[in-house]
Amino acid sequence: MVQLLAVLIDGLIYASWLFIIAVGLTLIYGVMKILNIAHGSLYALGAFTSVTFTSAWFAHGYPAMGSYAMLALAAVVVGLVAGPVIERGLLRFLYGKDEVVLVLVTYALFLILEDLIKLVWGVDPLFVQGPKGETPYALLGNFSIGGLTYPTYNLLLVGVAIVTAIVLTWVLARTRAGKLLIAVIHDRETAAAMGIDVGRTYFVTFTLGAMLAAVGGALTAPTVSVVTGMGAEVIVIAFAVVVIGGLGSLPGAALGAVIVGLVRAASIHYRPELELFAVYFVMAAVLIVRPKGLFSAAEVRKI
Amino acid sequence: MDTQAPLSLKLLPALLVAAALALPAASHAQDKPIRIGLVTFLSGPAAGPFGVPAKMAAEAIVESLNAGKVPAPYAAKGFGGTPIELAIIDEAGGATKQVAEFRNLVERQNVDFVIGYIGSGDCLAIAPVAEEMKKLTVLFDCGTPRIFEDASYKYVFRTRSHATMDAVAGALYLLDAKPGMKNYAGINQNYAYGQDSWTDFTAVMSALRPKVEVTTSQMPKFGAGQYGPEISALLQTNSDVIHSSLWGGDLEAFMLQAMPRNMFASSQLILVAGEPYLHRLPGNIPDGTIIGARGPNGAYAQKSALKDWLIQAYKQKAGIEPNYPAYSVAMAFLGLKAAFEKAKARSGEDTEAVIKALEFSTFDSPSGKVMMKLGKGHQAVTGTAYGATKTVNGQITLTNIKYYPVEQVQPPEGVKSLDWIKDGMKPGKW
Amino acid sequence: MKLDRTTLTIAAVTVVLLVAGPLLPAWMMSLIKISLCYGIVVLGMLVLMRTGLVSFGHGLYYCLGAYAAAAHDKLANSLAEVGDASGWALLRGILRLPKMLVDALTGVFGPYDIAVMLVFSVVVTGLTAWILGFLLRKYREIFFAMLSLAFSMILYGSLVKSSALGSTDGFNIAARSVFGATLEDDSLRQTIFVSIVAVTMLSAWLVNLYLRTHRGRLAEAIRDNELRVEYMGASVRRTIHVNYIISAVLAGLGGALMAINIGHIDPEMAYWTTSGEFVFIGILAGTGSVLAPFLGALIFETIRSFAYEYSPNTWQMALGITMLLVILFLPGGLWSLFRKMRGKAA
Repeated sequence: MVQLLAVLIDGLIYASWLFIIAVGLTLIYGVMKILNIAHGSLYALGAFTSVTFTSAWFAHGYPAMGSYAMLALAAVVVGLVAGPVIERGLLRFLYGKDEVVLVLVTYALFLILEDLIKLVWGVDPLFVQGPKGETPYALLGNFSIGGLTYPTYNLLLVGVAIVTAIVLTWVLARTRAGKLLIAVIHDRETAAAMGIDVGRTYFVTFTLGAMLAAVGGALTAPTVSVVTGMGAEVIVIAFAVVVIGGLGSLPGAALGAVIVGLVRAASIHYRPELELFAVYFVMAAVLIVRPKGLFSAAEVRKI
Repeated sequence: MDTQAPLSLKLLPALLVAAALALPAASHAQDKPIRIGLVTFLSGPAAGPFGVPAKMAAEAIVESLNAGKVPAPYAAKGFGGTPIELAIIDEAGGATKQVAEFRNLVERQNVDFVIGYIGSGDCLAIAPVAEEMKKLTVLFDCGTPRIFEDASYKYVFRTRSHATMDAVAGALYLLDAKPGMKNYAGINQNYAYGQDSWTDFTAVMSALRPKVEVTTSQMPKFGAGQYGPEISALLQTNSDVIHSSLWGGDLEAFMLQAMPRNMFASSQLILVAGEPYLHRLPGNIPDGTIIGARGPNGAYAQKSALKDWLIQAYKQKAGIEPNYPAYSVAMAFLGLKAAFEKAKARSGEDTEAVIKALEFSTFDSPSGKVMMKLGKGHQAVTGTAYGATKTVNGQITLTNIKYYPVEQVQPPEGVKSLDWIKDGMKPGKW
Repeated sequence: MKLDRTTLTIAAVTVVLLVAGPLLPAWMMSLIKISLCYGIVVLGMLVLMRTGLVSFGHGLYYCLGAYAAAAHDKLANSLAEVGDASGWALLRGILRLPKMLVDALTGVFGPYDIAVMLVFSVVVTGLTAWILGFLLRKYREIFFAMLSLAFSMILYGSLVKSSALGSTDGFNIAARSVFGATLEDDSLRQTIFVSIVAVTMLSAWLVNLYLRTHRGRLAEAIRDNELRVEYMGASVRRTIHVNYIISAVLAGLGGALMAINIGHIDPEMAYWTTSGEFVFIGILAGTGSVLAPFLGALIFETIRSFAYEYSPNTWQMALGITMLLVILFLPGGLWSLFRKMRGKAA
């Protein structure tokens, strides 16, 4: 019973983390039809930048609680700088190319950003720590369930994931901008013909997606030591989540994250030797039953 | 589409000829410096803890050697009076690429010797190629015993002990520290080194204390970063001891996530490769954690003029004290230098003579005496040491250091590590 | 039969390689050998790409081919053990077949014969692709790519778990003979070179022939519009299935040749970044000719190796920038460059 509870809690915490890193990916794919491998680098960029910001915050001797603001600021800055630079400077010249070519473009971008990060921050793992050893991870204290202790920071993670999901759903369903976005997702050409500025939509989407990747990185930074190559590890698992849920689907990404999170937690608790495959088995199994993922839009057959 | 084909025909040979002309002339004058190829991780997760410290140490050592500033018996400048220079390449990219890069290093960059390789897979793959190309290659940091237990080589040497002793000495130290332990759990990365560390450790434990039980073995993916569920699973077993060979970013992430969850209130932690990052973990590692440095390196190295020299030279370059990969790379350079100079004095400095001089040699290093006694004189052995952490004034120090002589922790020549462990680790003749 | 120009070109390249190869410096030989091994895998990608499908998991067959070649005795033994353990006479019989085959071939040629290793890689990758093909032929676009990736990562995971096969360290292998003729040092190196040239060029020739057959031509029609092909009465799925198997076998041969050439294999061969490289070389080369993949691989390997040498700290960036430049300025791949040059010359 305690073990089952632990699986649920561990699974949900992990699922929240997965959702935050996967949601930007699925958004960008849904709107722009780009499977963005560089999403992993943006995630890493968010993590590295947040270490720099929080370290500077601590170095000035400001109150430790403010370090959370630094995490948020880092994500916003990375999103607002890297997003527009990549979209305006590179991607906009390539719209309309084959999906696979676009994947390769982002792969190239990923390679470039990996080395760029190395040039800026070096190869030493970094972590967020104040002068008295305080970390944003431990600062909020702990909570206990069924004899197991968890840092409250994990609740923050769950909270951010839920708020992100609600806000994005609301924006898409209820606001004018969201409805325009859905029109573009559905049929780019018709939307353009109806007078929607597709270029602007792409610009906003990519910036938002980049920011979400950076949020994932910034929220992860306090829990790990930030190290070069962390983007490569994250990208495949984020892909798996998005594909399981159905590419471009918001509820899909949420459900995919929950499934992967629970399966991984269950395998760690009951059959640790299977952990390495768990995610890919789920992905293969889901695709075999639902070839386009759990939530997939029907496609028009063009004759 | 076929009409284009003949052009490729004209172009392909032209390309090849152009590339051939671009080749630097392969002349090798006597007064030229000795070129040493250095292969170490410059990117990827192993770069921070191992690769870059090893590179900085190598650069510091080369500068120091060329200036003739190394204490006796290494006072001669460079190698036997000839200055040395480095050609550095990245070890990242996997064994297939490393084999290709090794060839390029030897043939395009004309190196005289190669010192390199941290990954065991890379070492395994490079050894036969070094043999084929007849290029004296010193493996400096990889741990797997398979290299010289499964094959024998003429041109390949390893100047550090293989990893068996890490598990053996670790278990001996642990049983001294916690004689009443009833069970233990493990968390190791799911790749060759992590699996081997766990296999060796469980084998040693069941040979020494058959009644001690394994509660769980967690094998997270290499570079996983998120250990929440693993920590919950470990917490639930309530084990007396937790064994881990995690290193680098993974180790730090694990400690950062495990410490707030009171994981080590009742469990003794042993980190067999915990040394390289100790200075970074104050506040995030419990006192009394048993730490290995994969040999008598770093804080475990006994005081000597050579150790002082390495610390001083490395500090000048990197600003901090050297960690064990820096000690490993020092062993490789000094062992090769000693052999080179012995060969020069005896018969000449050609590769064959250097090989003869290096086989079964004994040389001093910052980590103490190194003996090339296994693998037909190609595999080094040293004793080893373990200690436990104690935080003093916010700095982590190592206390209760215990030394283990070679015969207690290493199998003798001709016996495979795992067989030796299962047979009860009988001390061999040395 | 009238010889077409591609056939002549392949023959000429083969002769040039065999004659000029031994005269080149060894590092260049090694570069060419590696490029040919990559090239044949990418040739497989090309066969698949002509139907409009791109696999992000071709490392699956590249790796499987290598392990089948290097560990065929171990694989056959463990299959036989599984059969014996099952207790079903029929299953036992079937699962014992590979072992009997290995024993028979080893009896004739001796252990680790290059020809035997290649045969095993073809059989294992062909069978695996035949089975997985029933599933994968239903998928298109990114879903095909991702499902392929999932399968290659499952193989990667299984190999990482197999400490008997050396986990991530992999293991060394050494070919000892070809068709029973024992090889050592120089003769071994020459034979490996000749085998690589022969197998890759023969494959290129056969693929060229195949692409001219009715089914081969169907591929491009499928890429343009599946429904039209179906309305014409041709089976899209069967064509894709056949192309998938051909593509897998070529990738497997590439893996086996690479294993024989390098002398070491490890699970990294199935990791997604390896597959990503194949896709990249495929795009770099373009689908213009069966020789394009080999040229693409040669150029890729050359760039990579010099980037390692001249900017050891930023070789990934150098590679990434090259990729972007090719995609931006040579959208049809390198082969389109030749086409342009010919266009100007004409």
